[in-house]
Amino acid sequence: MADDSILELQKLKVETITGRVLVDDVDVTLKRGEILGLIGESGAGKSTIGLASMAYARAGMRITGGRITLDGTELRASTASARRHMRGKSIAYIAQSAAASFNPSMTLMDQVCEAPVTHGVMSRADAEVYAKQLFRKLQLPNPDTIGERYPHQVSGGQLQRVMAAMAMSCRPDVIVLDEPTTALDVTTQIEVLSLLRDLIREFGTAGLYITHDLAVVAQIAHRIMVLRHGKMIEMGETKQILEQPKTEYARALVNERREAEHLALGIPDKVVQPILRVANVTAGYGPTAIVKNVSFDLAKGETLAVVGESGSGKSTVARIITGLLPRWEGEIDLSGKSLPAALASRAPDTLRRLQMVHQMPDVALNPRQTLEQIIGRPVSFFFNALTKDVRTRVHELLALVGLPEDFATRRPGQLSGGQKQRVCIARALAANPEVIICDEPTSALDPLVAEGVLKLLKRLQDELGIAYIFITHDLGTVRRIAHRTAVMLKGEIIAQGPTAEIFSPPFHPYTEKLITSVPEMHTTWLDEILAGRSSVLGSGGPAIPDSVLQARAAARRVVADPTKKDSVEWLAAMQVLSDGQKPEQAGSFNDLETELQNVKGLTEI
Amino acid sequence: MTIFGQKAPATALVGLLIILLNVLVAVAGPMVAPYGETQVVGGGWDPSSATTWFGTDQIGRDMLTRLIYGARMTIGIAFVTTILSFFIGITLGLVAAVLGKWVDVVISRLVDVVLSIPLLIWALMILNVLGQSLTSLVLTIAFLDSTRVFRLSRALGINLVALDFVEVARMRGEGLWWIIGREVLPNAAAPLMSEFGLRFCFNFLFIAALSFLGLGVPLPYADWGGMVKDNVGGISFGLPAALYPAAAIAILTVGINLVVDWFLSIDARPSGAQAEM
Amino acid sequence: MIRLILMRIGLGLLTLFVVSAVIFLLTQILPGDVASSVLGQNATPENLAAFRHELGLDQPALSRYLTWLWGVLHGDFGVALTNKRDIIQELAPRFRNTLFLAGYAALLALPISVGFGILAAVREGRLTDRVANILALICISMPEFFVGYLLILNFSVNHEYFPSLATVSSDTPFGERVWAVTLPAITMTLLVTAHMLRMTRNSVLAIMSTPYVEMAFLKGLTRGRVVTRHALPNAASPIISVIALNLAYLVVGVVVVENVFTYPGVGQYMIDAVTKRDVPVIEACGIVFASVFITLNTLADVLAIVLNPRLRHPR
Repeated sequence: MADDSILELQKLKVETITGRVLVDDVDVTLKRGEILGLIGESGAGKSTIGLASMAYARAGMRITGGRITLDGTELRASTASARRHMRGKSIAYIAQSAAASFNPSMTLMDQVCEAPVTHGVMSRADAEVYAKQLFRKLQLPNPDTIGERYPHQVSGGQLQRVMAAMAMSCRPDVIVLDEPTTALDVTTQIEVLSLLRDLIREFGTAGLYITHDLAVVAQIAHRIMVLRHGKMIEMGETKQILEQPKTEYARALVNERREAEHLALGIPDKVVQPILRVANVTAGYGPTAIVKNVSFDLAKGETLAVVGESGSGKSTVARIITGLLPRWEGEIDLSGKSLPAALASRAPDTLRRLQMVHQMPDVALNPRQTLEQIIGRPVSFFFNALTKDVRTRVHELLALVGLPEDFATRRPGQLSGGQKQRVCIARALAANPEVIICDEPTSALDPLVAEGVLKLLKRLQDELGIAYIFITHDLGTVRRIAHRTAVMLKGEIIAQGPTAEIFSPPFHPYTEKLITSVPEMHTTWLDEILAGRSSVLGSGGPAIPDSVLQARAAARRVVADPTKKDSVEWLAAMQVLSDGQKPEQAGSFNDLETELQNVKGLTEI
Repeated sequence: MTIFGQKAPATALVGLLIILLNVLVAVAGPMVAPYGETQVVGGGWDPSSATTWFGTDQIGRDMLTRLIYGARMTIGIAFVTTILSFFIGITLGLVAAVLGKWVDVVISRLVDVVLSIPLLIWALMILNVLGQSLTSLVLTIAFLDSTRVFRLSRALGINLVALDFVEVARMRGEGLWWIIGREVLPNAAAPLMSEFGLRFCFNFLFIAALSFLGLGVPLPYADWGGMVKDNVGGISFGLPAALYPAAAIAILTVGINLVVDWFLSIDARPSGAQAEM
Repeated sequence: MIRLILMRIGLGLLTLFVVSAVIFLLTQILPGDVASSVLGQNATPENLAAFRHELGLDQPALSRYLTWLWGVLHGDFGVALTNKRDIIQELAPRFRNTLFLAGYAALLALPISVGFGILAAVREGRLTDRVANILALICISMPEFFVGYLLILNFSVNHEYFPSLATVSSDTPFGERVWAVTLPAITMTLLVTAHMLRMTRNSVLAIMSTPYVEMAFLKGLTRGRVVTRHALPNAASPIISVIALNLAYLVVGVVVVENVFTYPGVGQYMIDAVTKRDVPVIEACGIVFASVFITLNTLADVLAIVLNPRLRHPR
């Protein structure tokens, strides 16, 4: 081991208790003060490596091979208590979801001071003084009193910074950062990223930075390791990985990101009368309007992107158009005919014309049906086709979305995420629709798979002339697929027009903030942005819990459940749905829901 | 040993064996019983012997024979009750979950009222009104038990209805029964199966308790709960006759619970308490 | 938070009111003519009419219900049909007996079940957990009368440690009373402990799987500290609910146990009344059980609200 290396993993192997290999033969060497980025798609084993470097394996996993050497001590051969003394003191962890990683019934200060006091690094009084210094460095509001608060009283972005303070409270040699900014909105991500970077640099801490976003890791890491399926694919200096990746996989990852940066489609020149017209629509949940006075047109064969941060009301727009959430005011026309507000009062042929592709293909397909049943049902339902014809059509549709015919007998469980999303698209196409609403159809997919799905959507549009409403938070996707773009903020459309225009000056101030917040693929991007935007820090933008989507879905469920009206759950759910500006509530809502369900479940003895 | 592609622990195998044995006895009943159901073969509470393995009951009938006939009645009634309870409970539960709005409110509130006091107390009051007969017993217990099944199937239904594939079916304009039968029910089948085991146990014990209190299965029939009641007098003389039917009840319930526990543990993920430190 | 608590209590009262109406409907209105079923077929029409008038059956249903409810609210449950005695005179001492038995059983069950439940959760998957799990499963599966008679046979017939019949009266001294109800209390303890243990274990396990418990381990805290500082404070609220609900179950579980040990409690009184079809007594017992059950359920929910850190420290 070289003298200046602080953490060394040799031939690390982690398996599940059922014997599936999660991390296979990975070597990592970290020098003092160096930051190594671990990058890869989901299931690449990044987080498992991060935890294994603390000699920790989650329930159901076991570290089965290799050496873990921290500051000269081999951890796997040490006693359990020696390992425990290293954790928190010499090596600390920052998790993805701050909202879930804080104990809801302890004050922040108690939690921050816990490690230094337990490890005997400082007395409680010293630890408090030091914590306040850290709070100040991390530019938290009211650094002297924020420690007296409870986690749910602080916003998500602030909580993420408190977690950084908690990790630094013992001045560890190594810090493991597991997607620390992924759960944050794009505009908040910058602040947290730059503060984390400054803090780590100031203390000379070494770090493992785990992320799926190449552009983010480019801002902070000295070296990058690319992982796939638990194996190392490539490792090198950050500049080298970004500019001259050696392996094909790394090249594909880099190119996918780069392509998204500067690309915008022209508006199709065929100016025809709109196929879908949304005029002054307002609707929401309970007494609060989530979407206010929204208007736009959609022409045949055109893609309109609706972009915004979480809580901006963009998904609600989709629910209003499909009739799942009846509009309160305004008008929606499809092919010149007014659409009834509620789903139940729409004619089958109207329903056929308007189809939807959901964000998470995992839950959009009935796991108990075969693909033939899933794709065939709209065919027989809308066109009264014979069984034989249905089968032919299913094969046709599978071929159209690039899946082999023999998939017809498979069930969704046997498909990968990208394949499932193709099935969802095939199901939408089965109805011969005129408009397809795509609600973040690629955001649950890994980058390379997502690119394939986007290309498919584009090809289908060229061939079949379908119009898309494309709801997304990812500006890279917008540049690639949308002819026109509408930007949403707090339930209103603040700018709309041809994508190329939206993405070039003069910007609406919010659009500019949104655009400049997307990390770019060169190492100096963060510095440039910070230099250009001195007022950003401390503005305390909105932050998101780790699973806004699930929380929102859960909240919708509760609100829709009339028996729960005015119950604790209902109140919490209303808060989640109506309070777009404070979505960190959603995290607490999730807990509250589980808690109450626990209680309710118990009554059934 | 593996069953249904899952490795079964020893406890589950024991449970399966117990269930199998009980079902066999219940089905084969009269063919394996050494004597007739009401045949008197000795004095009251004779001790066990080569001809009467478990001795005789309070009026000299063979205990083993009574137990075998009792299996048929006791298990049969509990089974019919549970099937009926599930039919009512699942139908109402899923209809409430899918339709929502006032339908859900009305059914849920009614169920809340029933569940707000113990089912045994309801059963006592309803049986007081209906009088004692097999039909009224089965109907009463099935009705009361269906409220629990309703709670579970509604909860499962509400979680499933919120999933996107059900939303897709709704947006296609599918009817209520398609959504319930094709989209929701198949996905709720696994937890409902485990629940069936638990509810069967509950009903089985419930009916046994009622019979023991003299309010369950009416007289000419042999059933385990009633047999306990009939033979209780022997206990104070140190005669264990009443314990045999009681033990039979306990053993079958243990068996079912062991199997259900295994089913439930298949999907359970290990908690954080098991992490490698 | 105060609003939520008041709402929950209001809901409890409303439920109790509705339940009382249903009980009245079920026992008084649906069965048809109580008078003829009590007097039998040989009653003359004059006798019937007189008896109906005596019971107030010639009044309309609603006013009968209101009169009855008014009486119940003032502790007047009417007169038993069979022995013409004031029901409250009979019910009050029996209710005290039932509470005594349930309280005794709770005192035995609480420390065992909560203690072992937490232990089983912390040692999930190890021997302690498995043994506790199997034992609890077996206990849950036992009918009350099986356990009861097994205990009687072993500890009062074969070895005369305890009396087989838990006969107590109002002047039984405390020590003797405890000794008399020990066997029934143990019977109930076994059943309730098993339930409570499994529920406590599951509540703690749910907390042990949260990211903040993982975070606590990653901060290098000892297992003991993680459990006492991070897991248990958050598991307290579900555990308290478990306890409240099982106490309710205890009060109801006495019905069978009281009959096994012929213990003069409300459960035995009710079964007696059902076999004799003594409607006013059935009603009275039903209302008593319903009130206890609903009160404890409401209490559990109120405690859950009070213990919720988000409601306790509003932003």
